[in-house]
Amino acid sequence: MSSLVVETPGLLTTVQDLGRVGYGAIGVSPSGAADPVALQIGNRLVGNAPGAAALEMTLAGGTFAFPEGGVISLAGANFGGQLDGRELAPWRAHAVMPGKRLTLGATRDFARCYLCVAGGIQVEAFLGSASTHLLSGLGGWQGRALRKGDVLPVGEVKERIRQKKMAAGVLDALRPRKTLRVTRGPQSGWFGEEIRKRLLEEEFRVSEEANRMGLRLEGPLLAAREKKEMISEGAPLGAIQVTPSGQTILLFVEQQTTGGYPKIANVISADLHSVGQLRPRDTVRFEEVSFEQARALWIEQQRLLESEERLFA
Amino acid sequence: MKFQAASDQSLLVYVGEEIGAAAHERVLRLLLALQREPAAWIRNVQPAYCSLLVSFDAAVVDHAEVQARITEYEKRAEKLPAVKARLVEIPVCYGGEFGPDVEALAAKSGLSPAKVIALHCTRTYHAYFLGFAPGFAYLGDVAQEIAMPRLETPRTEVPAGSVGIAGRQTAVYPFATPGGWRLIGRTPLEIFKKDREPMGWIAIGDQVRFRPISHEEFAWRSRG
Repeated sequence: MSSLVVETPGLLTTVQDLGRVGYGAIGVSPSGAADPVALQIGNRLVGNAPGAAALEMTLAGGTFAFPEGGVISLAGANFGGQLDGRELAPWRAHAVMPGKRLTLGATRDFARCYLCVAGGIQVEAFLGSASTHLLSGLGGWQGRALRKGDVLPVGEVKERIRQKKMAAGVLDALRPRKTLRVTRGPQSGWFGEEIRKRLLEEEFRVSEEANRMGLRLEGPLLAAREKKEMISEGAPLGAIQVTPSGQTILLFVEQQTTGGYPKIANVISADLHSVGQLRPRDTVRFEEVSFEQARALWIEQQRLLESEERLFA
Repeated sequence: MKFQAASDQSLLVYVGEEIGAAAHERVLRLLLALQREPAAWIRNVQPAYCSLLVSFDAAVVDHAEVQARITEYEKRAEKLPAVKARLVEIPVCYGGEFGPDVEALAAKSGLSPAKVIALHCTRTYHAYFLGFAPGFAYLGDVAQEIAMPRLETPRTEVPAGSVGIAGRQTAVYPFATPGGWRLIGRTPLEIFKKDREPMGWIAIGDQVRFRPISHEEFAWRSRG
């Protein structure tokens, strides 16, 4: 088995796959890649199954060595990856000779960059997934963010890897959006027309408190008109919760599974990967769509991600 | 039963309108029915006090279809035998460094710290659901005298095993995490352990009791 050596980890680098879904009854949220679209494409580029485990880097990447060599791809945000000083194009596979070193810097555009390695990062699965759950220290590589000196096992590659080129228009179609589409939340009726309009017409700014659990947004206050006590209930991924003081919190992949704040709206599934690419101080807007539209957009996105013919030229 | 679309891939199913044993019995039955006959289109079920959030695969079903199918599950759930609760005991070393908020609870209620602890450990609690973090069970109901809202500013780190109160709920923190509950003691038990079956010490529907233990017992149990 070959390996990947962490020489410097970057700001926050974790092992992620598509997450563990279905353990809500024991309080476990799915976790998984913040940008599952980039993860899946990055994996396909190196011949992996789309949901193979890879490294998710946040805002700034690290330095990684490959003692036995390998084939890698960088997908998602552009962290200016270089292989022994030579700039690496993102969204394509690169052969790495034994002993070479991959260096990444600060982001040039979005929040998260995925380093996919042919054969996948091999870690012990927890509840069927390799994803790191930082809050509880479970899953991934020892349940934590990577540190200097970690040596991660990489799976064997059996078949020759065919070089693939992204098809024209695909990356534009999947490009992270700054206007997130939402459907009405289960308590949207608590807010009244005026407040709902404010959500859809004004601009919000991602605060410094933005991580895999959730993103606190700065912007107009959206306090609910109805001041009744809410009974805690399950909260979906992408829910936009409003605190009693009117502040807005977007629940994300490592979210708490239940919540007691009213939910005014919910980011649609097809735009969740865009949430994963939001940086602190980025501005976002919201646009309402119907449940039917949201479903159609999701199905279309899934079809595209499942089709090698459409993804690659 | 009432239904409310929560997101494009989830539906909230309300089986009651207030926190209590009756609504929760219906939550447990429906959960059991869903677990007995798992369907491929169901991605996750998140139970709570009087609702279940059913997440589904929108490529296969839509809200209307999920609603119809959950209604079928509910009919089968009604026929299930009464849910038998398990009794779980949690040893707790109360007060001192483990319970920094006992004094505040005492001051607020006009009771002695010993009485606050006695009120907490003489009740049997119902595990309504798990949330916040893996294995974190929301237990109720705490005696009215010692019910107290969360801290205005949560602690950045609450040690694993800490026992806290928030409103009329009590819970044990399975991991060292940030947290705003009022801390009154600590258990030496590992509340959530990945190499154990089951992983969580407390499951939804359990009856839970707290047993006061000494510092000595806490110390030797922690070593064990």
